[in-house]
Amino acid sequence: MKVVLENLTKKFPSRNKKNPADVIAVNNFTFEIPDGSLVGLLGPSGCGKSTTLNLISGLLTPTEGKIFFGEDDVTDLPPEKRGVGLVFQNYALYPHLTVMKNIIFPLENLKGKDKLTKDEMRDKALDIAKLVQIDTLMDRKPSELSGGQQQRVAIARALVKMPRVLLLDEPLSNLDARLRLQTREEIKRIQRETGITTVFVTHDQEEAMSISDLIVVMKDGIVQQVGKPQEVYDEPINLFVAKFLGTPPINVFDAKIKDGRLYIGDDCVLDTPNAKDGEVYAAVRPEGFILDDNGSLTCKLKAVEVMGRDISIVSSNTNCHADAIRSIISSENAPKLGTDSVKFTLKRNKVFVFDKVTEARIDI
Amino acid sequence: MENKNFKAWLYLLPAMIFLGVFMVYPLIDVFIYSFEENFTSSSQTYTGIGCENYSYILRDPYFLQALKNTVILVLITVPLSTGLSLLISVGLASIKRVRHLFQTVYFLPYVTNTLAVGLVFMILFRPTEHSAGLVNLFLSLFGISPIDFIGGPYFAKMFVLCLYTIWVVMPFKILILTSALASVNKTYYDAARVDGTSRARIFRKITLPMISPMLFYLIITGFIGAFKAYSDAVALFGTELNVAEMNTIVGYVYDMLYGEGGGFPSYASAAAIILFVIVLTITCINLLVSKKHVHYN
Repeated sequence: MKVVLENLTKKFPSRNKKNPADVIAVNNFTFEIPDGSLVGLLGPSGCGKSTTLNLISGLLTPTEGKIFFGEDDVTDLPPEKRGVGLVFQNYALYPHLTVMKNIIFPLENLKGKDKLTKDEMRDKALDIAKLVQIDTLMDRKPSELSGGQQQRVAIARALVKMPRVLLLDEPLSNLDARLRLQTREEIKRIQRETGITTVFVTHDQEEAMSISDLIVVMKDGIVQQVGKPQEVYDEPINLFVAKFLGTPPINVFDAKIKDGRLYIGDDCVLDTPNAKDGEVYAAVRPEGFILDDNGSLTCKLKAVEVMGRDISIVSSNTNCHADAIRSIISSENAPKLGTDSVKFTLKRNKVFVFDKVTEARIDI
Repeated sequence: MENKNFKAWLYLLPAMIFLGVFMVYPLIDVFIYSFEENFTSSSQTYTGIGCENYSYILRDPYFLQALKNTVILVLITVPLSTGLSLLISVGLASIKRVRHLFQTVYFLPYVTNTLAVGLVFMILFRPTEHSAGLVNLFLSLFGISPIDFIGGPYFAKMFVLCLYTIWVVMPFKILILTSALASVNKTYYDAARVDGTSRARIFRKITLPMISPMLFYLIITGFIGAFKAYSDAVALFGTELNVAEMNTIVGYVYDMLYGEGGGFPSYASAAAIILFVIVLTITCINLLVSKKHVHYN
């Protein structure tokens, strides 16, 4: 089931008396989610990603715009008629019911010709429990489960009625780091096996990048960029997207373009034949630095961190926005470092140049 | 470890002393009195030990009347007041605009003096030289002949007593239930809505279990409170409750101690012990029932 969002806008009335203008949580969001794909809505908190999810679920109604599931216009349908499964951030498992009863709960709501017998409900619940691997925990109460198990129960409860669309709100934020890795693989697997179109919300770029077919980067209610994770990472269209994706984060420098060359301070780091002269931001991915004694960018060496596979060189430069420049270099050809300064050559495809005013990407 | 124990007992000591002196000792004392025949406080003497006191009061028509009144009062007011409070609280929880005003209004009877409320009920129900009372005035609009609610037939008096009791106990219940309802996490309702749960089912399967500990607390204290009713009857019918056929068990105990024909601590003690046993039994039954239906988290 593809999901189409058409000029979706959600305004909330202002609670601030001094500033009575409406708060625009989602602004003119147009996007088509392909059938059977896993889409990550990504952005900092307050960017409208959860609002978008709630608009799709029907818990909120849009101020403007339309939502289609396949060819059906569901904009005015209440949540129960849309056939969505929603997994809440805190899971919202009914604490007084066992795992089995929690999973059966949505099935018991079915009426008329969809009504199931008790045995059918049990079978369905068991099938879905096997899929998320909690079939041995059916008689427990939610309080007797670990965070990861609760999360699986929540997914099972959302899936049991075979929703047209599965929505996950910050599905991994309540799990510890190791469980998070495991569970995100699990979500991907479950989504693959069921083939249900899935939208999930996260503020963790790594999480979104690792499992999504498509990511949507949002800021202040406005969609910044949509694309496959690698594409968005390799070709960010503005400074915000470049800064938001990637760990360690991208290194941003004050720079200028003069006579077809990019300068950071007085160091000429790249040829930029296509760009106009002027003040710009230059952003370099951590993996974009090459240690080179003849390199053009000179930085003050601060520390070298060994991480096994890679080494991370921490240096500083007065033109960098952050105190520390982080660069990742493979440990196999680790150079000897001992001096106060370090010199780099930059990889052209890892350097992005942005306009100082609009922060939009400039072609170099 | 021993040091810790000592400290713990030290902290418990003030409460234990007060409970011991004012609760446990009197309870034991009353229990002993109830088996001492013809005990008199002034001479501290008794004529024998046995169950005579119990067999006397269980044959005393005034006690049986009081027992009957108390049981009727409990059976009518506890379910009605709890149910009505639940309805009102759910109503309050679902309105937004003037909610606080209503909350205050519903709480007012709680801070109003029992006797003042009694006075209001008098105006409503008691016939005067000039009229038959406000309620009768209203009833006469429908062609119903005046009923004497204060000095008239038994059912009319019991009706007023129950109404009065419900009115007095509801504010506290509403207060507790509104806060219980407000503390239910909203995402449970959202989750249920997305799954297409009807409102009735949400209430039955989610709201009720979530607030069940509070509801249970109100039912238990409601039972205990109603069994101990006395001042309500006095506020409506005065102190001559036996004459008015509106006495309660606690009223009977009081009469036996200090009333017109009083001065019988043994009978009073026996009645008090019977009340204690009834309340204990009911509370135990409540606790047993609650094991299945109350969900603590």
